[in-house]
Amino acid sequence: MNTWLAQEPEPVEGLTRTQQLLADDPLWLILLKVVALFAIGVVLTLVMINAERKVVGRMQQRPGPNRTGPGGWLQSLADGLKLAFKEDIMPVMADKKIYFIAPVISTIPAFVAFSVIPFGGEVVIFGEPTVLQLVDLPVGVLVVLACASIGVYGIVLGGWASGSPYPLLAALRSAAQVISYEIALGLSIVAVILYAGSLSTADIVAAQASGWFGWLLIPSFVVFVISMVGETNRAPFDLPEAESELVGGFHTEYSSLKFALFFLAEYVNMVTVSAMATTLFLGGGMWPWPLSFLNGNGWLQMVAFLIKMSLFLFLFIWLRGTLPRLRYDQFMKLGWKVLVPISLMWIVVIFAIRVFRNSGNDLSTLLVTIGIILAVVLMIAFLVPERSRPQETVELASDYPVPPLDLAVPTPSRHKLRPRAAESREPALAGPDPKEGE
Amino acid sequence: MNVLAQEAAGAVSTGEAVVFWILGPIALACAIGMIFVRSAVHSALLLVSTMFCLAIFYIVQSAPFLGFVQIIVYTGAVMMLFLFVLMLVGRDSSDSVVEVLRGQRVAGLLLGLGLAVLLVSGLSRALVSVEPVGLAADGAGSGNNVVGLGQLIFGPYVYAFELTAALLMTAALGALVFALAQSTAHDKRGQRATVIARLRGEHARISPLPGPGVFATANSVAVPALLPDGSIAPESLSEIIDATPVAPVEDVLPDARALTGRSSDTSAHDGEDRS
Repeated sequence: MNTWLAQEPEPVEGLTRTQQLLADDPLWLILLKVVALFAIGVVLTLVMINAERKVVGRMQQRPGPNRTGPGGWLQSLADGLKLAFKEDIMPVMADKKIYFIAPVISTIPAFVAFSVIPFGGEVVIFGEPTVLQLVDLPVGVLVVLACASIGVYGIVLGGWASGSPYPLLAALRSAAQVISYEIALGLSIVAVILYAGSLSTADIVAAQASGWFGWLLIPSFVVFVISMVGETNRAPFDLPEAESELVGGFHTEYSSLKFALFFLAEYVNMVTVSAMATTLFLGGGMWPWPLSFLNGNGWLQMVAFLIKMSLFLFLFIWLRGTLPRLRYDQFMKLGWKVLVPISLMWIVVIFAIRVFRNSGNDLSTLLVTIGIILAVVLMIAFLVPERSRPQETVELASDYPVPPLDLAVPTPSRHKLRPRAAESREPALAGPDPKEGE
Repeated sequence: MNVLAQEAAGAVSTGEAVVFWILGPIALACAIGMIFVRSAVHSALLLVSTMFCLAIFYIVQSAPFLGFVQIIVYTGAVMMLFLFVLMLVGRDSSDSVVEVLRGQRVAGLLLGLGLAVLLVSGLSRALVSVEPVGLAADGAGSGNNVVGLGQLIFGPYVYAFELTAALLMTAALGALVFALAQSTAHDKRGQRATVIARLRGEHARISPLPGPGVFATANSVAVPALLPDGSIAPESLSEIIDATPVAPVEDVLPDARALTGRSSDTSAHDGEDRS
């Protein structure tokens, strides 16, 4: 919108260099960037699905997909083609129009959010100097949040329009989940904005030249990473599509291309939030210190950006392969009672520190004082004896056989003391081990 | 964005005009449709699209911050809560035609007309007599939209801002207190407290009701659990299933032709049955 409306070619007062370069982009270059962004989204989705299946497979001691294409890397492409040719089922109870448009609503914002991501620095494309970024709005970070909040409509409407109870439940869960985690997400961004002094993504990257915000603002970083997993409905927070509770979640009734669109939206969203995390906390396309001589080239910056982004994408897969799904109330408790208060307190702390520094005081003396006070308080806390809680006895009302209430879990576990000799162990189906038999 | 701001106040650039004449009718149509559509969810969605169009208008008119906040807050959060409630109410609920309060419709019509008159008179005055100054001169739009807004909100209007925040906070806390006051009447028991209550005999039995179990021949809820001696465990009999009247299934002779769809001699078969 911004670049399209700005039709004057000459640089304008008050714009940063990135904004000037982007405003100068001819139409063909903008179209090229749009197509490239779309391609990046789709290709990363295909690679990501495959990588996810392979990595999770490796974590579960099995090979994962390894038949289609070289090393099995074309499996998701084949799956996608197959999905397109499957029968498109419209449930009888469905609200036809909304059922049709919901996947579109969830996919488009996912791609739109891509447009503000600063992939790299200045480059020259076909003789035209530009920046590896589609637009640089003065409120770029808000674009991502806005797209996330529009994208939920796809999930919610898809679940509602299916006319079936499980998708409806998933839609309700998703609405509550994304709203509450978006608050935590927004609060974790506040600290970054304070330090960068701007909402524009390119400015935020530029502000990290002296040090990544991931180090400086560790609490914000942690909260952002946790809530970005909640925001994208991924394991262990994938309650809207909990297979064990809700069949398939909001897309239970969907099939064929509509299902593929939901799938695409989920993975593009993952890529977007990973890109956002890279932009906000890991210095965007900046190479770290030993390799910082590479920063002069915009394309090499894009390589760094993609590497950092794939670290976050790997984190998504890792979490899915490792953690069990949270219960819904625990999940909401984590969001509202842990992440949001921590973010709020952290923001207050940052304000205090900045005001303290701006008023000309020395920060290190303050930190030392706080440290000494904290140490004294901890010492006193350790010296106070713990209150002994009386163990209440329970009168059994019936003679129903129950285990003793003070049953202690036996401490020495034999299988841990035994030397790990995996190769000498019998297969599980070969019958009882004579050494263990009782 | 600044390009627009630097043009003469009141002048409309081509891009702005194109955006307005495409999105204006859409916003208006959605707003009218919102009133006349039967389904509540469709109505809410049309309102969402109107708000979305408004947000784009804000963005085009050099207020990107306001536009995106409109999308995040109104479209994203407020309307999502509306949808949440509407979905809980159910898809088939539409407006009832019965007047609950006497004269409600007439009063509503009169008040609506009054509001319309007020709005139209106010707006027409704004259209005619207010001189647009543009954004370049003022702090809110010049240079950086966010910075300008921030300076206005936390400068001259800080008391209004803080008071509004306090008011909203009070409302939210009040809603919380009301909601919690109703739900703490039967406070939730934890897992451990429930176990102790079970052991004390506050529940009908210590263990859960028996399922079909290892001695049963099927795991359907319609099949009772069997005790080790082969007798039926009385607790496992479902009262609902027992109380449902069951008609015995009629014995129909299996006819392979019924599967193929050709019903050449069903009449003969019927005759056989009747005899």
